[in-house]
Amino acid sequence: MAMDAVKNTYLESLLRGQGRVPASPLSWLNQVRADALERANALAVPTTHDEDWRFTDLSPLYKTAFQSALQPTHVGAAAIQPFLIPEAGSRLVFVDGMFAAALSTLEREDGLAVASLASAPAQHSERVRAELGRMIGSGDAFSAVNTAWLRDGALVLVGPDRDVSHPIHLLFIGASPGTVSFPRVLVSAAPGSRCTVIEDFVSLHGDTGFTNAVGEISVGENAAVRHIRLQRESAGAFHIATCGVRVARDGRYSNVSVSLGARLSRFNLNVMQAGAGTDFEIDGLALISGRQLADTHSFVDHALPHGRSRQLHKCIAGGAAHAVFNGKILVRPGAQRTDSSQQNRNLLLTQRAHVDTKPQLEIFADDVKCAHGATVGQLDAEQVFYLKSRGLSESSARNLLTFAFAAEIVERIRIPSLVQRLEALLVRETQNEESR
Amino acid sequence: MSTVLLQVRGLTATVAGIEILKGIELTVRAGEVHAIMGPNGSGKSTLAKVLAGHPSYQVTSGEVLFEGKNLFELAPEERARAGLFLGFQYPVEVPGVTNSSFLRLAYNTVQGARGKDELDPLEFDDYVQDKLKLLDMDPAFLERSVNEGFSGGEKKRNEILQMAILEPKLAILDETDSGLDIDALRIVANGVSRLRAPDNAVVLVTHYQRLLNYIVPDYVHVMDQGRIIKTGGKELALELESRGYDWVADEYRAAQAA
Repeated sequence: MAMDAVKNTYLESLLRGQGRVPASPLSWLNQVRADALERANALAVPTTHDEDWRFTDLSPLYKTAFQSALQPTHVGAAAIQPFLIPEAGSRLVFVDGMFAAALSTLEREDGLAVASLASAPAQHSERVRAELGRMIGSGDAFSAVNTAWLRDGALVLVGPDRDVSHPIHLLFIGASPGTVSFPRVLVSAAPGSRCTVIEDFVSLHGDTGFTNAVGEISVGENAAVRHIRLQRESAGAFHIATCGVRVARDGRYSNVSVSLGARLSRFNLNVMQAGAGTDFEIDGLALISGRQLADTHSFVDHALPHGRSRQLHKCIAGGAAHAVFNGKILVRPGAQRTDSSQQNRNLLLTQRAHVDTKPQLEIFADDVKCAHGATVGQLDAEQVFYLKSRGLSESSARNLLTFAFAAEIVERIRIPSLVQRLEALLVRETQNEESR
Repeated sequence: MSTVLLQVRGLTATVAGIEILKGIELTVRAGEVHAIMGPNGSGKSTLAKVLAGHPSYQVTSGEVLFEGKNLFELAPEERARAGLFLGFQYPVEVPGVTNSSFLRLAYNTVQGARGKDELDPLEFDDYVQDKLKLLDMDPAFLERSVNEGFSGGEKKRNEILQMAILEPKLAILDETDSGLDIDALRIVANGVSRLRAPDNAVVLVTHYQRLLNYIVPDYVHVMDQGRIIKTGGKELALELESRGYDWVADEYRAAQAA
């Protein structure tokens, strides 16, 4: 993989920072990387001229230089204490993109493999080979770069009919300021299995950094995957992520994504129906203030009959923050009896905050039920008055309502310690809108 | 005579530039129950909302004294803390806020303003259980979001629960009886009656005489076109029930013409 093969300046600078990724003993993986590098070279980095990036200007990202952490930054157990989730079973921790074995705990269970990609036992390589890259397809420039520089990642393989009772916590820590990392997650749930995976992106500093993440989730026939995704990186961070989900016949996938951090974040969630009778539940919350930008693009692909999807995405923007939601639902020809709903609700706390919302329904089947709606507004004046008429001050009424608006999504995480901690954080974030 | 709690003099008010209240005169003393009746659109609910400080209504003239103080100098939350309570005709749903946390927040805010001790969640739970019994309410109510998915009767009971918890000096109940079946009406009316005390007062804004079988008023006022056009005792409500409102309006017009 010669560096001179890279043509695009920005991609080049990103890639140059990486050093040489050592060749893997797995020749197929080397081939996957080489193909991705070629794709990355062929793809231009997006600008606001691209329809998919109309509302999100990446030039601040392009103007910032990042280096890759070549040596792992030492992070002590005390530093990750605030992020631990008592309900979780296995925990994989990555520091600046590198696996931190000392901070991870791997519960040994039959029919469950939780490991770093690089250290996964050889017995899994066939399955990894079959799944890796499958859920994101050719992808965009950022996911191609992620794959090109695939060093390591989180691997969760659930065996047939296994019911994994404890959530699996994948913790990605930004430890050194100014660092770029390429987190990678592969979850494969075999037929009839069930698991919960928490992807958690945090920072230990308040500075800049760039997380270019890719997640892939394969839900087998009649399997169920609950996916919780938290992005609470530093206020100076850039976070661009794509998650591809492929759900086989009668499979169930639910996602709760919460974006609180980063100066600029973009999350692409692509959920694809690969069999009839699938069920998707997608909930999202972006709570931003100051000059933050949070962009969520979701794509729900109903390709086969009897699919059901329900989506609720909420944005709360204070200060001069900018929220973006683009929710596409495609019902392909033949995807009869699709039952799909999408709601996007946006709360603007200040005059300067703004939101761009673009629900997109494309329906090519005739026997379907599809509902969608988007609202943008301030807090409901009747609700504010009702609370004030019971003695609450204007600000405490507003804070309570803002909290409640966000809590509806957070409660769907259904992991008590996490819900509690996020709600405490919401209380802080919704306390004082003057400062935002 | 007992203390005057509420004194309304020459009150006029508009909503969206249209005058709805055209000179209200009303005096409510401690220990009294007043019923305000009248046809739809007579301004009954507007009066209730103006007194509570709803932002959609503009007071254009007149004055209202609450325990001798100018009510209009107080923000809605200050009126609540001072002991004025509005039972909403259409209680507002507040998804995501549990009834228990809302009730405790309201209680502690009002208690704090009265210089009394606040209750922690456990103490409040004890306090609220008694109030729930008063209204025959299932404690599961507390864990639900405020009014969300409540039936009409549940919403109205929840209003009276809030009244029981906040212990106002003056409660204005805006059509609390509307849409209730007879069992729910009995529970709500019984709850209100048991909250009566010599130092507080209740104003019932109602469309139906039925409620007054359970809460017997000292005064019945008839409102029409933004004014109180007749005041009588409890027997007036029965007369209105049998004869309707037209005769009162006719009488009033005749008196005005004279």
